[in-house]
Amino acid sequence: MNAAPNVNPSSAPSAWSSVAALYWLRTQLFSSPLNTLLTLLTLWLLLATVPAMVDWFFLNSTVTATSAQECRKVTGACWAVIVEKHRLILFGVYPYEEQWRPLLATLLLLGVIILSGVRRFWNLSLLLFWVIALSGASVLMWGGVFGLTYVENSRWGGLPLTLMLSTFGIAFAFPLGIVLALGRRSNMPAIKTICIVYIELIRGVPLISLLFMSAVMLPLFLPEGLTIDKLLRAQVAIILFAAAYMAETIRGGLQAIPKGQFEGADSLGLTYWQQMRLIVLPQALKIVIPPLVGLFIALFKDTSLVVIIGIFDLTQAAKAALVDQAWRGFSIEIYVFISAIYFVFCYSMSKYSQSLEKRLATEHQR
Amino acid sequence: MMNIKSTAVAQAPKKRLSWNNPDVRAIVYQILAVALVGGAGWYLVHNTLHNLSVRNINTGFGFLTREAGFAIGEGMISFTPADTYQRAITVGVLNTLRVALLGILFATILGTIIGIARLSKNWLVRTVCSVYVEVMRNIPLLLQLFFWYVILIETMPGPRRAYHPMPGVFVSNRGIQMPSVYGEGLTWLFAGLALAVVLCLALRSWARRRQEQTGQVFALGRATIALLIVMPTLAWWLSGAPLSLDVPELKGFNFAGGMTLTPEFAALLFGLVIYTSAFIAEVVRSGIQSVDRGQWEAAGALGIKNSLVLRLVVLPQALRVIIPPMTSQYLNITKNSSLAVAIGYPDLVSVINTTLNQTGQAIEGILMIMAAYLTVSLSISVFMNWYNKRIALVER
Repeated sequence: MNAAPNVNPSSAPSAWSSVAALYWLRTQLFSSPLNTLLTLLTLWLLLATVPAMVDWFFLNSTVTATSAQECRKVTGACWAVIVEKHRLILFGVYPYEEQWRPLLATLLLLGVIILSGVRRFWNLSLLLFWVIALSGASVLMWGGVFGLTYVENSRWGGLPLTLMLSTFGIAFAFPLGIVLALGRRSNMPAIKTICIVYIELIRGVPLISLLFMSAVMLPLFLPEGLTIDKLLRAQVAIILFAAAYMAETIRGGLQAIPKGQFEGADSLGLTYWQQMRLIVLPQALKIVIPPLVGLFIALFKDTSLVVIIGIFDLTQAAKAALVDQAWRGFSIEIYVFISAIYFVFCYSMSKYSQSLEKRLATEHQR
Repeated sequence: MMNIKSTAVAQAPKKRLSWNNPDVRAIVYQILAVALVGGAGWYLVHNTLHNLSVRNINTGFGFLTREAGFAIGEGMISFTPADTYQRAITVGVLNTLRVALLGILFATILGTIIGIARLSKNWLVRTVCSVYVEVMRNIPLLLQLFFWYVILIETMPGPRRAYHPMPGVFVSNRGIQMPSVYGEGLTWLFAGLALAVVLCLALRSWARRRQEQTGQVFALGRATIALLIVMPTLAWWLSGAPLSLDVPELKGFNFAGGMTLTPEFAALLFGLVIYTSAFIAEVVRSGIQSVDRGQWEAAGALGIKNSLVLRLVVLPQALRVIIPPMTSQYLNITKNSSLAVAIGYPDLVSVINTTLNQTGQAIEGILMIMAAYLTVSLSISVFMNWYNKRIALVER
């Protein structure tokens, strides 16, 4: 076993002389027979895959081809299909001339996500930003006011829809999650039971079953004549799903608050809600910020499941781009493209969460 | 809140029905909550019953015994369109269990290897594994499934020009063909294996007792491996029962013989294993890192070999950290296998989806999906909780 605890990742020498390079090679790559074998094996694996991939991605690919026939002549990737279809993939079937609106909505939502990462705004002003961004995005997408033409939500699609499903999901699941977490920690047996049953039920079933439920069962639940459109139903399912997971994360934060804090608040004569609002939740929520970011990443990826009930999100938009007869056979390029979009979002959020964790951890040790 | 009232006055005051009494408030709140939930539930059920009667849909599970009338692509038990819905759903459940169990097995193996490799001293190995983990866990599983499916279906050649990576294995757009073993000898092989497992367990308890009494260590690992290899072979050889290898062959336009992994199954399994192994790798890595460096050093100071340190000192401690998140990864594989519906693998969700489209029994269908996953989820978590308790730290 060459597993060693606490490996220092930056053990490469800073002075890059040839001696140092040799030293680095010897300690890092060829320190033992097993290590040498592993290095050679990995090198072989890389040589077998990387050049072929570079060829496909860059060297033999084409961006400028104007038709599928031209594309089929090259052996590499046909990025021209992305050039051709990027509007469809990114914005779905939103009216073409109006597509600046989803673009603006996307930027607005991205803006509020980035703002939420800045610690200076971790107070009530953040709530204001979220309200502005979410309502701004809705107004932009729907229209019907301020001289914007009305666009019904069956025509929304692509990246803005994916972002909306996840940001609205997290925004509404957050308060619900807090209530459920507090309920689960409550000492009133009836309320505790209701919360536990809800949380465990939702966490025990796949998101797909909830989406199916929203698609086929929810219409039966509502009184006759009242209908909610498909997108909104899916959004409700996502919120209910996210809230259960969020409740468990927040509960973890609540459990980490020492008992003295509750007792101190008690001794000040604060009511339950004052205690929670002023003493417990600010501390508990701060602890769970990194896992909450993780939850947001998971939710962002999970919104792709709405494809299964036929909602036009980023993944579904990609599938729609695939079926065009004129550009058939370039599925891999399109999948790689949207994978890259998802990856950029999720990776940057997870890096942010890691750095945050480190910063919060050092603060804790002080 | 509760303890304030009893301390101030020596003689406990008579409980009054007042809003200032926390107990009274608690009861009122609880009654309100139950009434709210119950009322909402009643309202939904009432609406549902009304809507069902308006649409002339019969409730109940009677449809299960009717003829299904659709075909299922693959399954572990035979199924024809003339069979009942009940049997169709059984096929679906078995398919879900098959992909989930295989997924758990392979994802654990791959994830553990990658997790340990991320802690390697070897820069190259470490970096390659980090890249793997970061890429795989940041792309939605559904997209990965589509990706693998497209690779298998669209970019692989037809059966006549199938890839042939090793003898007996063919990869084409019809899926992956592999040799299979059949014959009566198989039963004996498994019997021998079962016997070997029993013997190993007995040997283990004997070795432990001997070590406690005399301090002598028995080479249990080597004995186990030897038993596991020798016993099945011996059983098969002694029985003289035939055992033959069925190698797939190209016959006409398709393959005959051997075992087939359909593109749907292969894509689902690849996707699940690759996606989840990235998460499992992180679980394993953080588990091993959670063990204090001092534990390695102290074990070294006692003169224990490095490989033994990992097995006897580090892993038992790391497992305590690893088990709970590992459990949730196993549950995730099981739940994520429901994405099969997107690429047409006939798992439980996919079969029930077809069923409810045909019969209109939406409520029963979704209840069945939920009940099935809840059963699996709860039983996995009960088992893992039991296991976790067994290995938990016994404190004074």
